[in-house]
Amino acid sequence: MARPPRREPTIPEAPVALDSMGEALTSTLAEVFGPEWATQIGAAIDEVTLTVPADQVAGVCITCKTDPRLDFNYLRCLSVVDYVEASAEFEVNYHLYSLDKRHKMVIKTRLPEDSPAVPTVTGIWAGANWYERESHDLFGVVFDGHPDLVPLLLYEEFEGFPGRKSFPFHDYEEW
Amino acid sequence: MQLQEQPTQQADAIDLMVNMGPQHPSTHGVFRLVIWVDGEKIVRSEPHIGYLHRGSEKLCEGEQYSQIITLFDRLDYVGNLNCELAICMATEKLMGIEVPERAEYIRVILCELNRIASHMLFYGVYGLDAGAMTPILYGFRERERVQALFEAVTGARMMHNYIRIGGVNEDLPDDFQPRMDTLLDQLERGIEECDDLLSQNEMFLARTKGIGAISAEEAIDLGVTGPALRACGVPEDVRISEPYSIYDRFDFGIPVGTYGDCWDRYYVRVEEMRQSLSIVRQAMKQLPEGEIAANVRRIARPPKGEVYLRTESPRGDFGVFLVSDGSDMPYRVKVRAPSFCNLQALQAMLRDAYIADAVIVLGSIDIILGEVDR
Repeated sequence: MARPPRREPTIPEAPVALDSMGEALTSTLAEVFGPEWATQIGAAIDEVTLTVPADQVAGVCITCKTDPRLDFNYLRCLSVVDYVEASAEFEVNYHLYSLDKRHKMVIKTRLPEDSPAVPTVTGIWAGANWYERESHDLFGVVFDGHPDLVPLLLYEEFEGFPGRKSFPFHDYEEW
Repeated sequence: MQLQEQPTQQADAIDLMVNMGPQHPSTHGVFRLVIWVDGEKIVRSEPHIGYLHRGSEKLCEGEQYSQIITLFDRLDYVGNLNCELAICMATEKLMGIEVPERAEYIRVILCELNRIASHMLFYGVYGLDAGAMTPILYGFRERERVQALFEAVTGARMMHNYIRIGGVNEDLPDDFQPRMDTLLDQLERGIEECDDLLSQNEMFLARTKGIGAISAEEAIDLGVTGPALRACGVPEDVRISEPYSIYDRFDFGIPVGTYGDCWDRYYVRVEEMRQSLSIVRQAMKQLPEGEIAANVRRIARPPKGEVYLRTESPRGDFGVFLVSDGSDMPYRVKVRAPSFCNLQALQAMLRDAYIADAVIVLGSIDIILGEVDR
């Protein structure tokens, strides 16, 4: 008797569970970013996500900080995720928090693999400075307008971008 | 120290470049600080980091979830348990695991003791930075007691590898209660002794009061968190603003400073030790019996998704951004290290300071290079 063909395992997705604050923020975001913005509101587990095209990042970030309904005065984290294998893109995540309103969200933007460039947010949150230098170091993402995009964690002569998935894991040479 | 002339725009003033580190006892690790001075005044400063960069985030992408915990131990090597807690809680949140009550209490008790041990190290070396030899002896005596307890519970003095996804590694030893009773009394006395010894010392006050002050707005803008932010008068503590684990069951306060200077940053930590001690006492009273770990498969496979989880480590807001693609290894791990952001504020704190204050200001941020460089 022939065995049935092996099924590919289905990978489950983490369920979305926004709290009341997250739901309130979702409706506020829909108000603030009207149809003139090319933004998309979503959710990842308990965090509200705002997907933005790269050319609107600066505008969205300024609005997020200055709009009294949002008031995101604290940039918690800026990170880059390598999705080159799946879609030839890098994703930049800006995790924001409001110290007064106590709500949180994440701004996401996708950059093409061949020219990953996004405007800097150092003018909006000064704390972004080192994050952007680090991301430039490890992933080669260029932050246009950054005051001093020199290597931070790596040494000056280092070649390649060790954060990327394409960077060899264990077979690098010692220097 | 090496001296080098640096030409400037002004015709009559010549700024001297003074290099401090990377091998310098006062930098608390391998950290290099370049300072330009005009006479005794600091004109400009530039921190250089990366000497301890091991690529921890990238290494995590090649390990299974349960194997990452030991890499997190080596980030903040003074507050190990707090780092372990962050990665375990991030994985649990992704997988939707409910942690047993007893495990939550064990975690909180150990993490708060870890905070005391970390602040005791700060207390000791900060005294040294200011030129006082005695505090380090008192600070290390108290730290040693906490570490002896950690050894009894986890089997290791520093790199514990104790917290697991879904709980903790093993149950508390039989003599935990009597040991804790003596330890807590000793620590309470120890904290008072340390406070009496240094905090109001005339010379210590002269070295730290009004030095390296930054405003609250500037600190928030630079992403400063933890004791350094609270010293500026901002009552922000993740344990209260976004309670994780079981922190909402305890009654404790957030010590805040007024001026955001070195002394405030120092004293906020001393007060925090008292608050941590009170949390441990409350937790010991409530400590339930029961399971110490949830039933989790040995090879954890979280669902596809991403989570950003933050905890209050001794140094500030310790965040983990975890992206899972559904396999047994994480797709991406990003560590938001509190020291990394706090160190960015060094340039602002050193503005208009004198060169003799550079070490005092650097010491007051309480950096751990292991998590700055990752």
